[in-house]
Amino acid sequence: MKRVQFSSPLLPYLFLAPQLAVIVIFFYWPSVRAIQSSFYLEDPFGFGSTFVGFDNYLGVLLSPEYLSIARFTAIFTATVTFFSLALGLLLAVKADAVIRGNAAYKTLLISVYAIAPPVAGLIGMMFFDQHIGPFVKIAAFLGWDMKVGLSYFDTAFAMIFVAVWKQIPYNFIFFLSGLQALPASVREAAAIDCRSGIKRFWTVIFPLLAPTAFFLLIINVTYALFDTFGVIDVMVKDKAANNPITLVYKVYMDGFRGNDIGGSSAQSVILMIVVFVLTVLQFRFIERRIHYT
Amino acid sequence: MHRTRILDHAVLILGALFLTLPVVVAFMTSTHEAAEIHSKGLMLSPGGHFVETYETVLTRQGGFTGQVTGARMMMNSFILGIGFAVGKIVLSMLAAYAIVYFRFRFATLAFWVIFTTLLLPLEVRIMPSYEVMSGLGLINSYTGLIVPLLASATGTFYFRQFFKSVPEELLEAARIDGAGPFKFFIDVLVPLSKTMIAAIFIIMFVYGWNQYLWPMLMTTDERFFTLMRGIKQILQVWIGSQIPDYNEAFALAVLAMLPPVLIVVIFQSWFIKGLTESDK
Repeated sequence: MKRVQFSSPLLPYLFLAPQLAVIVIFFYWPSVRAIQSSFYLEDPFGFGSTFVGFDNYLGVLLSPEYLSIARFTAIFTATVTFFSLALGLLLAVKADAVIRGNAAYKTLLISVYAIAPPVAGLIGMMFFDQHIGPFVKIAAFLGWDMKVGLSYFDTAFAMIFVAVWKQIPYNFIFFLSGLQALPASVREAAAIDCRSGIKRFWTVIFPLLAPTAFFLLIINVTYALFDTFGVIDVMVKDKAANNPITLVYKVYMDGFRGNDIGGSSAQSVILMIVVFVLTVLQFRFIERRIHYT
Repeated sequence: MHRTRILDHAVLILGALFLTLPVVVAFMTSTHEAAEIHSKGLMLSPGGHFVETYETVLTRQGGFTGQVTGARMMMNSFILGIGFAVGKIVLSMLAAYAIVYFRFRFATLAFWVIFTTLLLPLEVRIMPSYEVMSGLGLINSYTGLIVPLLASATGTFYFRQFFKSVPEELLEAARIDGAGPFKFFIDVLVPLSKTMIAAIFIIMFVYGWNQYLWPMLMTTDERFFTLMRGIKQILQVWIGSQIPDYNEAFALAVLAMLPPVLIVVIFQSWFIKGLTESDK
């Protein structure tokens, strides 16, 4: 905080009022409502609700469907995170190494950064389309009869593919700025000590990048869990029947399509706990990084 | 040494192609006719129907939905993007100003109340948020589209960090010269924050423009559809048609991604700066 500050009995509250009002009405109220209705069984036609304790939670956690979606979400998140981080890092290292064409590569690689997930999903759908999709033709050439939208595995593959494609530029930006912030003296010293570029990377550069990588790990997990909603919605087109979906999509399906308000709220609260744990991890980590630098 | 350089370039070229080619193909394909796309697949060269397709998508009444044109959806997307960015900047600058520059009793509490919103993304509280909105009668309105999205702390944190880095001497000098809180804010702090405001505006505009889930829930009236909502719609029309309008779907996708891509390419350095420095 500042050493010199204004002191006024009313002004600070006046300045804070708009932000606080929006947060209370559109953040705290709905959040409290979610927790509250997760303990109630609500009549879908609006004729009151009955308190059922932890029944909604038990119903959710004991259903084999929810558990299989949770398993898919875990696999989806792990795969998307791994591939988008790995490819982002690879490209950042290469872009950092070349001198000629550096700016052009950088522009090209980040240009698709801001494309919205549903738009990425739509383009992905076309590339995996049964009639016109080039990826389907390539797969057929390799002997893989790809049926995105019908086969569980193929749809999952296409979803992961699109989700990774969309996230690479983000990781690229952060890894590249992380690499460029490394002191030149460290790199020069390493270059004198060790001739092998690959070994130098894993023993010197990568450990120095670890803070960036950890930060990105959390961001990517959050991305795969929540921001991929648009990709999934476009690719399964509301027909979740035989298609892979993630937990967030399930909250939406149960709440808006299935009218199961209690169950959907219980799922929301479970996800809130997941996000809470992730955020705590992130902040603990950021504090540690401040300590280091 | 020379061989590795070639390999580096090869990886970068492959990566760049992998990321940008789908966008190029989307644009090229949108300039062909649907029947041609249906028989020949996706295109890499421009076709001759650019003007027709985009004119249809932008102006035809009921192009996809029966009531709304692409131009209308684009306007709604701009309203959402700009409204969100402006609202975010105003709310968060004021709040950050109070937190950094004032001494008052509940400062820490206020800080944490705002801070906590970072914990829960909108996706996990959609159902109750929707109920609250319908209780307030805000469904199918621009207010309902924009204001609830403002309930997060990101902007406040950008500005808080920035205000903390402003030299203390400025406030001391301003106070000696007799400036009050309002004058200091408008004549010193706002002009100083110009670059910061611009960077945040860009990031928030893209964020608002790209919103998908919230507009999908909040708008049933087609007059309020955004481009992202239109994408959902076009896929629903899709099912059951003989030759889907591939060209129009691609054209809509191109319109939906044009502003974000242009902004990122043109304001590259601001964008990167705003993003990578926000986590510190």
